[in-house]
Amino acid sequence: MELEDKKDLESDLLEVMLGPSHPATHGTIQMRLKLDGEKVVFCDVEPGYLHRGFEKECEDHRWNQIFPYTDRLNYVSPIINNVGFAMAVEKLCDIEVPVRCQYLRVMLSEMTRITDHLTCLAAVVMELGAFTAFLYFVKARELYYNLLESVTGARLTYSWLRVGGARWDLPDGFTAKAKAAIPETRRILREIDGLFTKNRIFMDRVVNIGVISREDAISYGITGPFLRSTGVGYDVRKAHPYLVYNEFDFEIPTGQNGDSYDRYSVRMREMEQSLRIIEQAITKLPAGPVSIDDSRFTLPDKEAVYNSIEGTINHFKLVFDDIHPPPGEAYAYVEGGNGELGFYVVSDGGNKPVKCRCRPPCFPIMSAVGGIIVGHMLADIIAIFGSVNMIGGEMDR
Amino acid sequence: MSKELLQKVLERFPEAVEESHSLHGDETVRIKPERWLAVFSFLRDHLEFDHWIDLTAVDYLGREQGLPRYEVVVHLRRMKDGGRIRVKARLSEGGPAIDSLTSLYKGAAWMERECHEMYGIVFKGNADLRPLLLYPEFKGYPLRKDYPIDKRQPRIPLLGSEERRFPKPADETAHGHDPAFSREKKQ
Repeated sequence: MELEDKKDLESDLLEVMLGPSHPATHGTIQMRLKLDGEKVVFCDVEPGYLHRGFEKECEDHRWNQIFPYTDRLNYVSPIINNVGFAMAVEKLCDIEVPVRCQYLRVMLSEMTRITDHLTCLAAVVMELGAFTAFLYFVKARELYYNLLESVTGARLTYSWLRVGGARWDLPDGFTAKAKAAIPETRRILREIDGLFTKNRIFMDRVVNIGVISREDAISYGITGPFLRSTGVGYDVRKAHPYLVYNEFDFEIPTGQNGDSYDRYSVRMREMEQSLRIIEQAITKLPAGPVSIDDSRFTLPDKEAVYNSIEGTINHFKLVFDDIHPPPGEAYAYVEGGNGELGFYVVSDGGNKPVKCRCRPPCFPIMSAVGGIIVGHMLADIIAIFGSVNMIGGEMDR
Repeated sequence: MSKELLQKVLERFPEAVEESHSLHGDETVRIKPERWLAVFSFLRDHLEFDHWIDLTAVDYLGREQGLPRYEVVVHLRRMKDGGRIRVKARLSEGGPAIDSLTSLYKGAAWMERECHEMYGIVFKGNADLRPLLLYPEFKGYPLRKDYPIDKRQPRIPLLGSEERRFPKPADETAHGHDPAFSREKKQ
């Protein structure tokens, strides 16, 4: 009798397809789950719904034409992607960009890092049910979108950098507007902090959820806030300072447990550090050109183009034939919103790359997520997946 | 630090290293593909390269005479001092294959899957080489240089029964008409 009862209760595992277009996952990704009741016992993550053939397109385009493609890799922090690619090509060409340009790159990178973290956290809390807080985050993000729009002319896909510098300098009054935005951001971040950091409802959903060990994270190749949440203080900006990051005073926040809550907390604290860097960059910003003075890489002034034969030819050559980096290979890496963003470029001396590989920071994280999810409840997937901050454009390329 | 690192690999595997350089400050060794796994075991266990960074491949079709066509490229980093190394191996055309690194680094699994679907390189020992970013019916290896960028893929049948969705009368299909999209039908 007892045996029969038990037999009634036992059931087959339920197979659930979460995604590819699920309202509670931001980004198109499919998870093939097997559920035992509400518990996940198997998870197979299937990305690729946003694959646009980034690498193939790069091999068919000239070096400077690739910048718009890099915007669309991580479309919540495009400047960092621009910087990463520009640095890879500049490494290949042995170019050092002017100091003012380095400061601008750092300043705008940090602004996009803030928008990246804000977008990630906004999505996390919204998917966990706090829609009002989403609007708080977006309000802060809007400050930086407006600032970046005034510099680049675009709100999302900036394409502002070029090999050897930047497209143009800051507009008048930019630093004053940026200075004003910083205390406003701090005020909004304090509000958000008050809403979530010690919120019982929020903590119950994220504390001890999605834990990954330090060794696993390193072996998977995880970087960025995800790795720092486990207590490893690896940040490209400190470990391998690029541009002028070694001139700024900032800290690398780390977590302890490697759970979703620590990832939230690391991101929250990182935004404050980014604000500090922006403040210092505004005070220290030197005068000078924003692009190197080298006719092989930088477009001449319009005045020279219209009034001198050298300028016309130079402009024509750069627009139609683009730059020719020397043959060789280079790997350059920057700290993206999600971790180490690397570009491995190979040149044969021509105007198109032989290879342009993007090492997306959320790719190794997503390869680990399937294993992290197993053992959790179905509803926890939303909290775990949100804290990964998967960006479809960067994951699938 | 850098030269010492390459020196250590050279000392340990004098026969396996084909080329080494430090172009633009990136320490690079190219090794024989047969010693792929042995070199990585040494790098991980003795030189403490514990942080997996990247795996990709490059197709040098028609570019470098006298060298095999494909090159697998791995980037590693070590946590203790941030040292980095790039390890490469050349694979020849016609069934390129190399040992999988999944036994040493967990992050290798997906990157090898991606490399397999894009270049057709087989990673021996990686049990899961299903397509990752592409769909299972995809024909060819898109990142090979002999795959044209504008090549179109064959259409794959829709989910479920094709006939049920678009019933085709025998006379119309004989003329190559698809009734679902034919203009005559509207009249």
